Amino acid sequence: MAEKNEILEEFTQGEYKYGFTSDIETEFAPKGLNEDIVRFISMKKKEPQWMLDFRLKAFRHWLKMKHPDHWAHVNFKPIDFQDSCYYAAPKKIKTVGSLDEVDQELLKTFEKLGISLEEQKRLVGMESKIAVDAVIDSVSVKTTFKEVLAEKGIIFCSFSEAVQEHPELIKKYMGSVVPYTDNFYATLNSAVFSDGSFCYIPKGVRCPMELSTYFRINSSGTGQFERTLIVADEGAYVSYLEGCTAPMRDENQLHAAIVEIVAHKDAEVKYSTVQNWYPGNKEGVGGIYNFVTKRGICLGDNSKISWTQVETGSAITWKYPSVILKGDHSVGEFYSVAVTNNYQQADTGTKMLHIGKNTRSTIISKGISAGKSQNSYRGLVRISKGATNARNFSQCDSLLMGDKCGAHTFPYIEIHDKSAVVEHEATTSKIGEDQIFYCKQRGIDTEKAIGLIVNGYCREVLNQLPMEFAVEAQKLLSVSLEGSVG
Amino acid sequence: MINIKNLHASVDGQEILKGLNLDVKDGEVHAIMGPNGSGKSTLASVLAGKSEYEVAEGEVLFNGKNLLEMSAEDRAREGLFLAFQYPVEIPGVSNINFLKTAINEIRAYKGLGPIEPKTFLAMVKEKQSLVELDGKLTGRSVNEGFSGGEKKRNEIFQMAMLEPTLAILDETDSGLDIDALRIVANGVNKLRDQKRSFIIVTHYQRLLDYIIPDFVHVLYNGRIVKTGGKELALELEAKGYDWLKSESVEA
Repeated sequence: MAEKNEILEEFTQGEYKYGFTSDIETEFAPKGLNEDIVRFISMKKKEPQWMLDFRLKAFRHWLKMKHPDHWAHVNFKPIDFQDSCYYAAPKKIKTVGSLDEVDQELLKTFEKLGISLEEQKRLVGMESKIAVDAVIDSVSVKTTFKEVLAEKGIIFCSFSEAVQEHPELIKKYMGSVVPYTDNFYATLNSAVFSDGSFCYIPKGVRCPMELSTYFRINSSGTGQFERTLIVADEGAYVSYLEGCTAPMRDENQLHAAIVEIVAHKDAEVKYSTVQNWYPGNKEGVGGIYNFVTKRGICLGDNSKISWTQVETGSAITWKYPSVILKGDHSVGEFYSVAVTNNYQQADTGTKMLHIGKNTRSTIISKGISAGKSQNSYRGLVRISKGATNARNFSQCDSLLMGDKCGAHTFPYIEIHDKSAVVEHEATTSKIGEDQIFYCKQRGIDTEKAIGLIVNGYCREVLNQLPMEFAVEAQKLLSVSLEGSVG
Repeated sequence: MINIKNLHASVDGQEILKGLNLDVKDGEVHAIMGPNGSGKSTLASVLAGKSEYEVAEGEVLFNGKNLLEMSAEDRAREGLFLAFQYPVEIPGVSNINFLKTAINEIRAYKGLGPIEPKTFLAMVKEKQSLVELDGKLTGRSVNEGFSGGEKKRNEIFQMAMLEPTLAILDETDSGLDIDALRIVANGVNKLRDQKRSFIIVTHYQRLLDYIIPDFVHVLYNGRIVKTGGKELALELEAKGYDWLKSESVEA
């Protein structure tokens, strides 16, 4: 017993690697939230009138909304929305130009995070390149490989830039999957969103490289509200990655993002996230509130949207990347690993909404809870009337480490068509003392043993990640779980 | 090889080993027999370093080093191997990956670099034929979906890969049919040499038809009450343990 406690002790001291702060000259909006702030953000971004109108419409709607009751299995004090700052931008960024214009401190920040803003091969010895859009606090600071992509007609730029350069696309698709009235945090985002990424893959084009957005909260007292919009036209393919980190702070910072994906006929979008926002310290002080709305629509026949997420960070995670399966024969997938340790809380899962005929969806969710954390899977599978021969397979596994954490599964299944085949499997297991001892007896120490066991447990999900991300995710899993032997 | 003196060990406050003495020299094979609850598996677990067991008294020297002060992983790295009675499953972790990790951890402990992939694969090929283990099984997750016999053969395969100096087999014969028993015993016999010792914990004399021990010990009530040659196993098979129980009470 004594040894067990020692190991627990030792492991809970796993440090958050990205908790540094950078001294970047930053311009802030005044604290608080009102119409003037919304106008201020819009003005700062030199937005056209239609964009401001959209924001104001959302803001006025938001004023009438009530904060959602705690239907989710998470617990936090009411947020004072007047106590946050809704716009923070590194001063030296004017437009997205050459790297020389970028603040050196900022470049260093991204270097520390292992993100290269220079256009170079990121994987040694491999031809694969990754185009990056880097977003710090409220603005996109640099998008790489734009010219290479443009040759194929691919648009990959910051959301602000897209509003200026491609208004017709933004007007057509923004809010088409997540309407501004969708939910409290999505509405808030629609009013005050600052930046994010926009990506359009034209007809028949297979995007030759992984596209990625890297989000970083740097300033204190700010919220981050970014918006990502991905549109894959007929027969297009794109694999998209999203990463995020934040400095360690005692306060809780709000991150309320929106991601919308549109897949036309025969198109495929693969969206992968490694979410590593600051989770708070061992006593549960600080950390990011990650309240995010992610949704994709398989608009055309034979289209496919696949979400893969590895969630290790944030004090509270509240998100359900979903797919609306509208086109016939369309496919939705959700692969998730959610890890909670110490006092983290996660309520995450997906919604698969079957509307088209012969639509298929797969849900693989792996929850890992350690410390005093609470980890919930919440998922909805809805088969609408007329969605003949729809199929869903769900598998929700929970792994518990220690005896002070909780794992919960809330599956909702609504079937309105008799031809549907829906399968749901769920398991709960404890990381066995026996498994760890078995490894130790073969010469593998506890830390490595946990890494091995957890990565094995998550293998089906990790296999879905692009290679470079998979390596990062594996390491992250081991680090996040340091201290959780039970 | 290993020298156990006056070993007292308990689990959940209950004393199981009550002053056990055992001396195993290089290259020797010792069989430990005894009725249920006599402490056979406890002995195996204590030597391997399972944390639930508390050692109150006694000393264990393993190649001259104080075994009881070492962590379980260091005992393994020093060359102690336990073939488990109930090998656990580790879903999603391939046997190959598991073994490679183990070998490299042991090598690192000895100050060696990671094993060459080529050497490793050649070794896997050679050793799996030793226990007639299907190549497909080595690619699968550790023990997942293995039959009882396959699990036991996998233990011997791991033993062959890790090349321990002292191997403890905890009721490896339980649940094996006669063919599997022969395969397991053959594997063990091929691994016998002058530098490697075995402690074979078993209920039945049957296994000892195939693995001929140098010594047979009877463990009863936490102590070794009788020691003899391989013929002692036959005597036990014929007479049972009761005659020893009464003897040990008198003693």
